[in-house]
Amino acid sequence: MNWKRKDLLGIRDLSKEEILFILDTAESFKDISKREIKKVPTLRGKTVITLFYEPSTRTRTSFEIAAKRLSADTINISSSTSSSTKGESLKDTARNLESMRPDAIVIRHGMPGAPHMLAGILDSSIINGGDGSHEHPTQALLDLFTIREKKKHIDGLKVVIVGDIAHSRVARSNIFSLKNFDNRIVCCGPPTMIPPHLETLGVTVEYDMNNAVKGADVIMMLRIQKERGGTTYIPSTKEYATLYGLRKDHVERAANDVIIMHPGPMNRGIEITDEVADGPYSVILDQVENGLAVRMAVLYLLIGGEA
Amino acid sequence: MKNKVILDKKAIQRTINRITHEILEKNEGCTQLCLIGIRTRGIHLANRIQNAIKSVEGITLPFGVLDITMYRDDISKLKWPEVKKTEISFDVNNMTVILVDDVLHTGRTTRAAIDAIMDLGRPKKIQLAVLVDRGERELPIHPDYAGIVCPVSIKEEVLARFSEIDGKDEVVIVKTP
Amino acid sequence: MKVLIRGGRLIDPKSGIDGLYDILIDGPVIEEISRGARRPDSRIKVIDASGKIVSPGLIDVHAHLREPGYEYKETIKTGTLAAVRGGFTTVVCMANTDPVNDNRSVTKFIIDKALSEGSCRVLPCGAITKGLKSVELAEIGEMFEAGITAISDDGRSVRSAGLLRKALEYAKIFKIPVISHCEDETLSGGYVHEGRASLLSGLEAVPAIAEEVIVERDIAVARYVDAPIHLTHISTAGSIDIIERFKKGFKKITCDTCPHYFTLTDEATLDYNTNAKVNPPLRSKHDVEAIKAGLRKGTIDIIATDHAPHEITSKDVEFDLAASGISGLETALALALGLVHEGVLTMNELLAKMTVNPAKLLGLKSGGIAEGGRADIIIFDPDLEWTVDKDLFTSKGRNTPFDGMTLKGKNLLTMVDGRIVYRDEGF
Repeated sequence: MNWKRKDLLGIRDLSKEEILFILDTAESFKDISKREIKKVPTLRGKTVITLFYEPSTRTRTSFEIAAKRLSADTINISSSTSSSTKGESLKDTARNLESMRPDAIVIRHGMPGAPHMLAGILDSSIINGGDGSHEHPTQALLDLFTIREKKKHIDGLKVVIVGDIAHSRVARSNIFSLKNFDNRIVCCGPPTMIPPHLETLGVTVEYDMNNAVKGADVIMMLRIQKERGGTTYIPSTKEYATLYGLRKDHVERAANDVIIMHPGPMNRGIEITDEVADGPYSVILDQVENGLAVRMAVLYLLIGGEA
Repeated sequence: MKNKVILDKKAIQRTINRITHEILEKNEGCTQLCLIGIRTRGIHLANRIQNAIKSVEGITLPFGVLDITMYRDDISKLKWPEVKKTEISFDVNNMTVILVDDVLHTGRTTRAAIDAIMDLGRPKKIQLAVLVDRGERELPIHPDYAGIVCPVSIKEEVLARFSEIDGKDEVVIVKTP
Repeated sequence: MKVLIRGGRLIDPKSGIDGLYDILIDGPVIEEISRGARRPDSRIKVIDASGKIVSPGLIDVHAHLREPGYEYKETIKTGTLAAVRGGFTTVVCMANTDPVNDNRSVTKFIIDKALSEGSCRVLPCGAITKGLKSVELAEIGEMFEAGITAISDDGRSVRSAGLLRKALEYAKIFKIPVISHCEDETLSGGYVHEGRASLLSGLEAVPAIAEEVIVERDIAVARYVDAPIHLTHISTAGSIDIIERFKKGFKKITCDTCPHYFTLTDEATLDYNTNAKVNPPLRSKHDVEAIKAGLRKGTIDIIATDHAPHEITSKDVEFDLAASGISGLETALALALGLVHEGVLTMNELLAKMTVNPAKLLGLKSGGIAEGGRADIIIFDPDLEWTVDKDLFTSKGRNTPFDGMTLKGKNLLTMVDGRIVYRDEGF
């Protein structure tokens, strides 16, 4: 496999072979985190900037640790410390950062296409750490990695994605990645959170949670953004929890070896009950662990060799 | 120009037997001994040494595979080197590690391998076994066990071939284009 | 000195002329239209138009010249230079300036500025409501006295149907058209068309119905008060259906679309190209086909530009933050000629939608070529291929999604009141 990309902007751009290559590379990196000395000199002398315009602990920390375990230097810039509050444009901020010659910039931004804009003007490798409702490619890769680890294969599965599909970059990226491998994808949520034309992506839409989870091999719960509740999409988070919160009786309708995933952070008691989140089918903490390996692989592939 | 064969199948077998005996002699048996082969062809050489030791001593030594890509000092000059898995399932602490590679040249691979092993723990000793020492070292590294010492010019390449992956056993010198 | 445009194919949809004619112009007036009878004369300046098409100057019922207030985006001077380069001799400029053209002093400012600095006729469009705020009617009568040609709250719809009703009724006094921008703000609130492309890009989307419910509402109100209504920049298949349906029983509906709505689809936004961000948004392939069919069937009467120039910095940002609009005056004719090359419209039908039909809407005597009439004339080559280079735009707005594209058909000469105000380098 000849890896040629400068940037990782979205799963939709990647071929099946590229996705598998990243997963295979991640396998090699996963072991490092299990060792006493959790560090290799691979990216010594490289600089990785995380530029986060939206609050995030999980993704930013994961990228930072991934870079550090590869011996890269990391600098974190979050919206409260960046110049955005001073009215500096994204483009100017990026150009200023570029002058400091980082090798990679991980950007999270509330607006779709912001990473693409940076990729177009900067020489550094750009990694999309989540752009608005568009994509979150490393999340989909770590989800796929986790599915492969648990199921030993990533095809022929019934995968149910539950929640606010319309505004979820996690859902989009996962749909794009899973569709490469002949899986049955069912999207479930209130119709106000299902975007029109979703079926054109090759997924089935189901409004009834009980039907959706029937025989599922994988159930992915999406985080419900509380600020959307009680406004226009759903009457209240309480009602949402009743209709679309994942409970034990749902899990019982799924396949015997179902795995329950959640990109975090969870709203316990809303989209998922404690019992399920901490139950035997939950792989939520594996996802976090695998996120590290996948992000190490991505950093390595993008900035490890000569461009 | 025709490739020049410097070791054929029989010669390789003899060389491996000799190295095996040297290892056993130097370490006074095989207690606390383990073998780690460097990807790719070091694995096959190490594997054969493991078999040879077994036939002499009746003991199967712990055996590991090391991928040194993450430790290379020239990584940023390579065109996307593929990272493969390191598979060392035993504890290297207080072990005598026999690091095995097919051809020793600049010593940079050995340096990377030593660093990689040190990150896994603190072995008692690391010894280096190679099939061919072709000279032209760039680092102060010396093999403990060398099958054949064979200085070749910089314009030539020494290739060790193993039947497991190359179809036959031989060591050849080829001109690099 | 008289000017003779000789040897061109004259197409004037207003009079129905289509043939090889010579046009003799004396000062601002067309003196004679004849069939090659006139002999060369040293007192006559001859323009050889053989192999070219000669037509009435184009009339744009929808442009933004940005002055006063946004002179960094465009001025009346640069906007009218862009207009004449594109083949337009008359341009209606929308009221969303700063201050808004909702009173006679702004109207008068625009008219005076256009007379002193403009290269073509500029017809100001007044606001329907004060400050475009949809709260109370602007002083339409006073603006009419000062010279407005139409009223519109373009940029948004008149929010309440009740207020729109009053505007439609009130405009009857002055016999000026009410131009309606159709967008329900409770349904919009996005940046691209809601469809498969928005699903892929993750950009917030505007459904087609945001336009369609207002199209239907505005027509219903107009029909009730029996007042003419003009629906501008129509972009969806659903709108075409509604308009076609209502036109059968109610004759006072007219509408226009813009070149980008029949040349580009929402896929142009997939790479977050902010120059493809426009309001209403670029629609699906299905809508584009429906717009073409609407043009062919005559449901759509007029092709306007919705020329919306912006400075670079308002486009050189995240897609969500980018200003909406396309700088359209200098590409409109070539893009519209694409309809002729594709066989959607005949040359005569196309030119009708850019000359006589807009003239009729605005109640203008112009829009044709007739002896004794004003000499607003263009000469263009329908087959000349050229590559759009935004840096060569005369407009200050270089915001075009067509940059780098090769188009077929180019304006070569523009004459306003008998004066040559634009001549292509190669002509």
